Amino acid sequence: MAEIINTMKRVAYYHGCALDGTGHGYNRSTRALAGALDLELEDVKNWNCCGAMETKNIDNEVQTYLSSRVLSIAANEMGHKKVMAPCNGCYHNLKKAEYDLGHKEKSREVVERISAKAGHEPYKAGQIEIIHAVDWIKESIGEEGIRERTKGKLKGLKVANYYGCMYTRPRHIFPGRDAGPGTESNFRPHFMDDILGAAGATNVDFPLKSACCGGAHTLCDSDTSTKLCINILQTAEAAGADVIATECPTCHAGLEMHQIRAEKVFGIKTNVKMIYFTQLLGIAMGLSHRKVGLQENVSDASSVLKAKGI
Amino acid sequence: MATPWEDIERAIEAPGQSPERLLALGEQILENWLEAKGFTPTEAKRESFRLLALHHQGAKDEPSFNACRETCRELAWHYNLLKDGGPEAGNAATRAMMVMVAKHLMLFVRGKMEVAELGEFCCSSRPIRALDKDELQTQARG
Repeated sequence: MAEIINTMKRVAYYHGCALDGTGHGYNRSTRALAGALDLELEDVKNWNCCGAMETKNIDNEVQTYLSSRVLSIAANEMGHKKVMAPCNGCYHNLKKAEYDLGHKEKSREVVERISAKAGHEPYKAGQIEIIHAVDWIKESIGEEGIRERTKGKLKGLKVANYYGCMYTRPRHIFPGRDAGPGTESNFRPHFMDDILGAAGATNVDFPLKSACCGGAHTLCDSDTSTKLCINILQTAEAAGADVIATECPTCHAGLEMHQIRAEKVFGIKTNVKMIYFTQLLGIAMGLSHRKVGLQENVSDASSVLKAKGI
Repeated sequence: MATPWEDIERAIEAPGQSPERLLALGEQILENWLEAKGFTPTEAKRESFRLLALHHQGAKDEPSFNACRETCRELAWHYNLLKDGGPEAGNAATRAMMVMVAKHLMLFVRGKMEVAELGEFCCSSRPIRALDKDELQTQARG
């Protein structure tokens, strides 16, 4: 039995597949941020896909098993009581697996059967707490801690915080939300606003912070996705934002790609830049643009930041 | 009788639309969804808004429709901002935001209907389709 690790300062890190690919800047900045904040990330060993969308749409229980295997490794083999997933898709799927295993006998049966076949201990609901990167920062460092460390470095930067849909839906898999002061809200999420606000940024009033970007249909119905993304980008600009802060590699890539496609296909140009919240916070902590992987984003926010003296 | 999407889009983008008109267009968008599903759109209200009642009706047995729940609530919120006589009343920027929110609702619902044959539009809500109907309704109420 592994030593039990139950602290926000040292968490199991499940970065998932997107952060190895298009979202590499998110991975790089999350790791750099951990170093700068004296937090420890321990990669989930021998991890697998969370089941994402494709598996889930074909077989719900297989997706639950895939996510449960990640949870089992983090809890049973690594001894962690907290696993952090920065990708909204991974975070959502791990939470969904946790919910299913706590409420559905069929899910438990399938997970036990496949786990036995695969030769590992089955994950049981409640063994580990699943957190997002925003929870990790907010709860381990807190707004006051961020304020002290960043000294208002993001002052003058107007940010539209875009949380995307999988961070808040469906409500029943996020039982700790909307539970009074200090908790995150499914209706109007605010943790990213709190973090970046504490680092000196001005959060604009952005009414589409959890609206659909059409991500699931980006390949089979690109025009719908592009139109939804254009509207998000234009709304952020109308709200006065210099940048859109993101916390999901799929949302981020979608906004970046459809910004380009919107100009090519529909002749609609928008100038707002996308940047991961971990990149912004890392820069606020004094890390270089390169250290947080700004060069790995398609949308290059460096000129906007430089113009603001950031 | 469903309102053509082109008419709704044109009306949303027409200059100087009132908050009442934008709210009514939001209702028409949801009526289109409900009629396409074979329902009679409700005349009831939730939290003083028919829009929210229509959304609630549209999401029954269709949890992925909740992906536009907050968009509907933002539309109602902007209506209140513009109508309650507070500092935002008559504010052009707030009105412009309400237009964008109404447009997003139109794009989402229209897109969802156009791609209905391709599968689920909103992947995140798919698994709860596996739940039984009673549980689903309990969650929808929650």
